[in-house]
Amino acid sequence: MDKDNKTITISKHLYELLERKIQQDKFDSVDNYVEHLLLQLLQVEGSEDLDPEEEEKIKQRLEKLGYL
Amino acid sequence: MARPHGGQLVDQVLSNNQLNRIKEEIKELKPIPIDYETFIELENIAIGTFSPLEGYMIQQEVDSVLDTGRLTNDLAWTIPITFAVDKEQANLLEKGNQFALSYQGEVVALLDLEDKFIPDKKHWVKAVFNTTDEKHPGVKRIYKRKEVLLGGTINLLKRPKVPFPENRLTPKETRVLFKVKGWKTIVGFQTRNAPHIGHEYVQKAALTFVDGIFINPVIGKKKPGDFKDEVILESYNALINHYYLRERSVLVTLLTEMRYAGPKEAIFHSIMRKNYGCTHFIIGRDHAGVGNYYPPFAAQDIFDDYPDIGIVPLFFRSFSHCTKCGSVVNEKICPHSSEHHINFSGTKIRKMLIEGKHPPKELMRPEVADIILQYENPFVE
Repeated sequence: MDKDNKTITISKHLYELLERKIQQDKFDSVDNYVEHLLLQLLQVEGSEDLDPEEEEKIKQRLEKLGYL
Repeated sequence: MARPHGGQLVDQVLSNNQLNRIKEEIKELKPIPIDYETFIELENIAIGTFSPLEGYMIQQEVDSVLDTGRLTNDLAWTIPITFAVDKEQANLLEKGNQFALSYQGEVVALLDLEDKFIPDKKHWVKAVFNTTDEKHPGVKRIYKRKEVLLGGTINLLKRPKVPFPENRLTPKETRVLFKVKGWKTIVGFQTRNAPHIGHEYVQKAALTFVDGIFINPVIGKKKPGDFKDEVILESYNALINHYYLRERSVLVTLLTEMRYAGPKEAIFHSIMRKNYGCTHFIIGRDHAGVGNYYPPFAAQDIFDDYPDIGIVPLFFRSFSHCTKCGSVVNEKICPHSSEHHINFSGTKIRKMLIEGKHPPKELMRPEVADIILQYENPFVE
């Protein structure tokens, strides 16, 4: 295993389900599919980390423009 | 909120401190004049609308986009972002140097020239527009474009003056806006039309399942017959003021050129809205299409090839007003036959507006029609 990857463990049953799923979804491996799903999940829950001073300036502009 | 495409929001706008440090060096740089459209797209790169792009694509990147619909790092991307100059000018520019991009004599950006190349235009238009027909407005524009493309990283020194500046937000700003509003899920809606009831139905149906709607009309160069920018904005303001919850809806313009590339542009539009923070994006019938160049749902089907795009497309197929149901319906919810259905035909609504008539309230809100009818000619000539 290369230094950029880590191993995680999932049940055999779940692995087999994913294996069946990737045949319909054009992914070439379960690893890639799991990475894609996790990425999707994190993308939806992720938020931006902005410099607080810059964020404050943006809030002021948004208020001035009537967005807030 | 969606993470930016590629993970990081690009910010290539130089700060005042950075600018002061290089002020003298800039004076020594050879200038390359740019037009307004180029200036606008430069800004889109710099403020992160086109994240992860940090500049104009080099040939390898363009080839990858044309041949695979992805960047060389395998990230979804369907429309090449490039800067064209004529051959004479290109001959004077050496790769590996920095150049000053100037608009109306003023330096507005820097370009680190990494590549210059002449693409095969026929291959390009076939890959992007799926046609080589010169009548297609996107194809026509590419054929008329200057020959040589310059690739390389850009840095913006000065932002362009834009129409309706109060409606122009950067992706960084919309992300703060969504955060402050507490919206975790946001649906983006692309438009180049004044809204009819069908648009309102689609937007509200989508909004039912998310926290907020980001109505994002495309402002800028369009084809004759499209609604004028001011008409689109004013009519949306009227619609929002009368029929939307202010705390659930945001109207922000997107300044970019319409390519009319149908499915390929649907992917590009989704990526831009993902960069603005949207988690969902509405794709209707013939999204970004023109004439009969694309099958009606090609812009939806293409998402099968992009399960990794990182924004959820919401597909709307057909909808109409059913006189029996007394409401807007779609093919899944209405049992009545087509004789009871009034379609939201853009052409029909347009014809009524040109004749100075209010479309029936089942098709368009009177407040929206009032705005449009104030204009002698609401359409681009």
